[in-house]
Amino acid sequence: MSSSPITNNIRKLRFEHDEMTQQQLAEKVRVTRQTIVAIEKGNYAPSLELAFRIAWVFNTPLEEVFIYQPEDDTS
Amino acid sequence: MTYLQKNKAVSLMCTVLLFGYYALNVLQLQQSGRLTSISVFSLWATLIVIAIISNIVGVIITYIVFNVISVVRTNEAESEFVDERDKFIDLKGTRNAYAVTGMGVFFAAISLILDQPPLVTFNVLVFAGFSAEIFGDLSRLYLYWKAG
Repeated sequence: MSSSPITNNIRKLRFEHDEMTQQQLAEKVRVTRQTIVAIEKGNYAPSLELAFRIAWVFNTPLEEVFIYQPEDDTS
Repeated sequence: MTYLQKNKAVSLMCTVLLFGYYALNVLQLQQSGRLTSISVFSLWATLIVIAIISNIVGVIITYIVFNVISVVRTNEAESEFVDERDKFIDLKGTRNAYAVTGMGVFFAAISLILDQPPLVTFNVLVFAGFSAEIFGDLSRLYLYWKAG
Protein backbone atom coordinates (compact mmCIF):
# COMPACT_ATOMS: atom_id res chain seq x y z
CA MET A 1 0.00 0.00 0.00
CA SER A 2 2.16 2.86 -1.20
CA SER A 3 1.14 6.50 -1.54
CA SER A 4 -1.41 6.85 -4.32
CA PRO A 5 -2.18 9.63 -6.82
CA ILE A 6 -5.42 10.24 -4.94
CA THR A 7 -5.32 12.85 -2.20
CA ASN A 8 -8.15 13.78 0.11
CA ASN A 9 -9.58 16.62 2.16
CA ILE A 10 -10.88 14.47 4.97
CA ARG A 11 -8.90 16.19 7.70
CA LYS A 12 -10.08 19.62 6.57
CA LEU A 13 -13.67 18.43 6.26
CA ARG A 14 -13.55 16.93 9.75
CA PHE A 15 -12.52 20.25 11.23
CA GLU A 16 -15.22 22.03 9.28
CA HIS A 17 -17.85 19.64 10.65
CA ASP A 18 -17.76 20.57 14.32
CA GLU A 19 -14.15 19.41 14.63
CA MET A 20 -15.15 15.81 14.20
CA THR A 21 -12.53 13.42 15.55
CA GLN A 22 -11.09 10.52 13.59
CA GLN A 23 -12.83 8.13 15.97
CA GLN A 24 -16.20 9.76 15.38
CA LEU A 25 -15.77 9.61 11.62
CA ALA A 26 -14.62 5.99 11.88
CA GLU A 27 -17.76 5.04 13.78
CA LYS A 28 -20.02 6.80 11.28
CA VAL A 29 -18.47 4.98 8.28
CA ARG A 30 -17.95 1.67 10.15
CA VAL A 31 -14.20 1.31 10.05
CA THR A 32 -11.48 1.58 12.69
CA ARG A 33 -9.76 4.82 13.59
CA GLN A 34 -6.50 3.37 12.22
CA THR A 35 -8.13 3.05 8.79
CA ILE A 36 -9.15 6.70 8.84
CA VAL A 37 -5.58 7.62 9.83
CA ALA A 38 -4.20 5.55 6.94
CA ILE A 39 -6.65 7.14 4.47
CA GLU A 40 -5.81 10.68 5.60
CA LYS A 41 -2.10 9.99 5.26
CA GLY A 42 -2.64 8.56 1.77
CA ASN A 43 -1.35 5.14 2.81
CA TYR A 44 -4.58 3.33 2.08
CA ALA A 45 -7.05 3.68 -0.81
CA PRO A 46 -10.58 3.09 0.49
CA SER A 47 -13.06 0.97 -1.38
CA LEU A 48 -15.67 2.73 -3.48
CA GLU A 49 -18.31 1.99 -0.88
CA LEU A 50 -16.24 3.46 1.94
CA ALA A 51 -15.38 6.52 -0.14
CA PHE A 52 -19.07 7.15 -0.80
CA ARG A 53 -19.90 6.67 2.88
CA ILE A 54 -17.28 9.26 3.86
CA ALA A 55 -18.62 11.71 1.28
CA TRP A 56 -22.16 11.10 2.53
CA VAL A 57 -21.13 11.81 6.15
CA PHE A 58 -19.74 15.17 5.09
CA ASN A 59 -22.66 15.84 2.73
CA THR A 60 -20.06 16.66 0.09
CA PRO A 61 -19.60 15.38 -3.49
CA LEU A 62 -17.06 12.57 -3.82
CA GLU A 63 -14.81 14.67 -6.08
CA GLU A 64 -14.46 17.26 -3.33
CA VAL A 65 -13.47 14.66 -0.76
CA PHE A 66 -11.04 12.69 -2.93
CA ILE A 67 -8.93 14.34 -5.61
CA TYR A 68 -7.26 12.42 -8.40
CA GLN A 69 -3.96 13.86 -9.54
CA PRO A 70 -3.01 12.25 -12.88
CA GLU A 71 0.48 13.78 -12.85
CA ASP A 72 1.26 11.62 -9.80
CA ASP A 73 -0.11 8.44 -11.38
CA THR A 74 2.95 6.40 -12.35
CA SER A 75 1.22 3.00 -12.68
CA MET B 1 -1.37 -1.69 18.23
CA THR B 2 -4.91 -2.77 17.51
CA TYR B 3 -6.34 -6.06 18.72
CA LEU B 4 -5.70 -7.69 15.33
CA GLN B 5 -2.08 -6.57 15.26
CA LYS B 6 -1.54 -8.00 18.74
CA ASN B 7 -3.33 -11.18 17.68
CA LYS B 8 -0.96 -11.59 14.72
CA ALA B 9 2.06 -10.86 16.91
CA VAL B 10 0.97 -13.54 19.40
CA SER B 11 0.26 -15.98 16.57
CA LEU B 12 3.70 -15.28 15.11
CA MET B 13 5.40 -15.88 18.47
CA CYS B 14 3.52 -19.16 18.94
CA THR B 15 4.52 -20.35 15.46
CA VAL B 16 8.17 -19.43 15.95
CA LEU B 17 8.26 -21.21 19.32
CA LEU B 18 6.62 -24.33 17.91
CA PHE B 19 8.92 -24.37 14.91
CA GLY B 20 11.92 -23.96 17.19
CA TYR B 21 10.68 -26.84 19.36
CA TYR B 22 10.17 -29.05 16.29
CA ALA B 23 13.55 -28.21 14.74
CA LEU B 24 15.35 -28.80 18.03
CA ASN B 25 13.70 -32.18 18.55
CA VAL B 26 14.39 -33.32 14.98
CA LEU B 27 18.03 -32.29 15.39
CA GLN B 28 18.29 -34.19 18.67
CA LEU B 29 16.68 -37.27 17.12
CA GLN B 30 19.10 -37.13 14.21
CA GLN B 31 22.12 -36.75 16.48
CA SER B 32 21.02 -39.66 18.64
CA GLY B 33 20.37 -41.82 15.54
CA ARG B 34 16.68 -42.16 16.33
CA LEU B 35 15.42 -40.15 13.36
CA THR B 36 12.82 -42.55 12.01
CA SER B 37 9.47 -41.97 10.37
CA ILE B 38 7.60 -43.06 13.47
CA SER B 39 9.51 -40.74 15.81
CA VAL B 40 9.07 -37.75 13.47
CA PHE B 41 5.38 -38.43 12.90
CA SER B 42 4.85 -38.82 16.63
CA LEU B 43 6.65 -35.52 17.22
CA TRP B 44 4.56 -33.88 14.53
CA ALA B 45 1.31 -35.16 16.02
CA THR B 46 2.35 -33.79 19.43
CA LEU B 47 3.13 -30.47 17.81
CA ILE B 48 -0.25 -30.28 16.08
CA VAL B 49 -2.03 -30.71 19.40
CA ILE B 50 0.20 -28.15 21.13
CA ALA B 51 -0.23 -25.73 18.21
CA ILE B 52 -4.00 -25.92 18.28
CA ILE B 53 -4.22 -25.48 22.04
CA SER B 54 -1.61 -22.71 22.24
CA ASN B 55 -3.16 -20.77 19.36
CA ILE B 56 -6.62 -20.98 20.87
CA VAL B 57 -5.35 -20.04 24.32
CA GLY B 58 -3.14 -17.28 22.91
CA VAL B 59 -5.97 -15.76 20.88
CA ILE B 60 -8.42 -15.97 23.76
CA ILE B 61 -6.01 -14.43 26.25
CA THR B 62 -5.08 -11.64 23.82
CA TYR B 63 -8.74 -10.98 23.10
CA ILE B 64 -9.77 -10.88 26.76
CA VAL B 65 -6.79 -8.84 27.95
CA PHE B 66 -7.03 -6.37 25.08
CA ASN B 67 -10.75 -5.85 25.46
CA VAL B 68 -10.58 -5.44 29.23
CA ILE B 69 -7.79 -2.87 28.93
CA SER B 70 -9.53 -1.12 26.04
CA VAL B 71 -12.86 -0.86 27.85
CA VAL B 72 -11.22 0.34 31.06
CA ARG B 73 -9.13 2.98 29.28
CA THR B 74 -11.66 4.24 26.74
CA ASN B 75 -14.90 3.34 28.46
CA GLU B 76 -16.13 2.14 25.05
CA ALA B 77 -17.33 -1.25 23.92
CA GLU B 78 -15.62 -3.20 21.19
CA SER B 79 -16.70 -2.30 17.64
CA GLU B 80 -19.04 -4.78 16.03
CA PHE B 81 -18.07 -4.34 12.40
CA VAL B 82 -15.21 -5.88 10.44
CA ASP B 83 -12.88 -3.22 9.11
CA GLU B 84 -12.18 -3.42 5.35
CA ARG B 85 -8.50 -2.57 5.71
CA ASP B 86 -8.09 -5.42 8.20
CA LYS B 87 -9.72 -7.79 5.71
CA PHE B 88 -7.49 -6.49 2.93
CA ILE B 89 -4.31 -6.94 4.99
CA ASP B 90 -5.42 -10.40 6.07
CA LEU B 91 -6.00 -11.42 2.46
CA LYS B 92 -2.57 -10.17 1.40
CA GLY B 93 -0.97 -12.08 4.27
CA THR B 94 -2.84 -15.23 3.26
CA ARG B 95 -1.75 -14.80 -0.35
CA ASN B 96 1.90 -14.50 0.69
CA ALA B 97 1.55 -17.57 2.94
CA TYR B 98 0.11 -19.58 0.05
CA ALA B 99 3.01 -18.53 -2.16
CA VAL B 100 5.52 -19.86 0.39
CA THR B 101 3.50 -23.07 0.79
CA GLY B 102 3.53 -23.51 -2.97
CA MET B 103 7.31 -23.17 -3.04
CA GLY B 104 7.55 -25.71 -0.23
CA VAL B 105 5.47 -28.21 -2.16
CA PHE B 106 7.68 -27.61 -5.18
CA PHE B 107 10.84 -28.33 -3.19
CA ALA B 108 9.21 -31.37 -1.60
CA ALA B 109 8.47 -32.71 -5.07
CA ILE B 110 12.09 -32.09 -6.07
CA SER B 111 13.27 -34.09 -3.04
CA LEU B 112 11.18 -37.03 -4.26
CA ILE B 113 12.59 -36.72 -7.77
CA LEU B 114 16.08 -36.83 -6.24
CA ASP B 115 15.14 -40.15 -4.56
CA GLN B 116 15.29 -38.75 -1.07
CA PRO B 117 13.48 -40.78 1.63
CA PRO B 118 9.87 -39.76 2.42
CA LEU B 119 11.08 -38.42 5.77
CA VAL B 120 12.99 -35.69 3.96
CA THR B 121 9.90 -34.81 1.91
CA PHE B 122 7.82 -34.69 5.08
CA ASN B 123 10.30 -32.40 6.82
CA VAL B 124 10.43 -30.11 3.78
CA LEU B 125 6.64 -29.85 3.86
CA VAL B 126 6.62 -29.19 7.61
CA PHE B 127 9.29 -26.53 7.20
CA ALA B 128 7.30 -24.96 4.36
CA GLY B 129 4.15 -24.95 6.48
CA PHE B 130 5.83 -23.20 9.39
CA SER B 131 7.62 -20.77 7.08
CA ALA B 132 4.34 -19.95 5.35
CA GLU B 133 2.64 -19.23 8.66
CA ILE B 134 5.53 -17.05 9.86
CA PHE B 135 5.81 -15.22 6.55
CA GLY B 136 2.07 -14.62 6.43
CA ASP B 137 2.02 -13.10 9.92
CA LEU B 138 5.15 -11.04 9.23
CA SER B 139 3.52 -9.74 6.03
CA ARG B 140 0.44 -8.68 7.94
CA LEU B 141 2.44 -6.97 10.68
CA TYR B 142 4.56 -5.19 8.06
CA LEU B 143 1.47 -3.99 6.17
CA TYR B 144 -0.09 -2.70 9.40
CA TRP B 145 3.13 -0.85 10.24
CA LYS B 146 3.52 0.54 6.71
CA ALA B 147 -0.05 1.75 6.45
CA GLY B 148 0.42 3.73 9.65
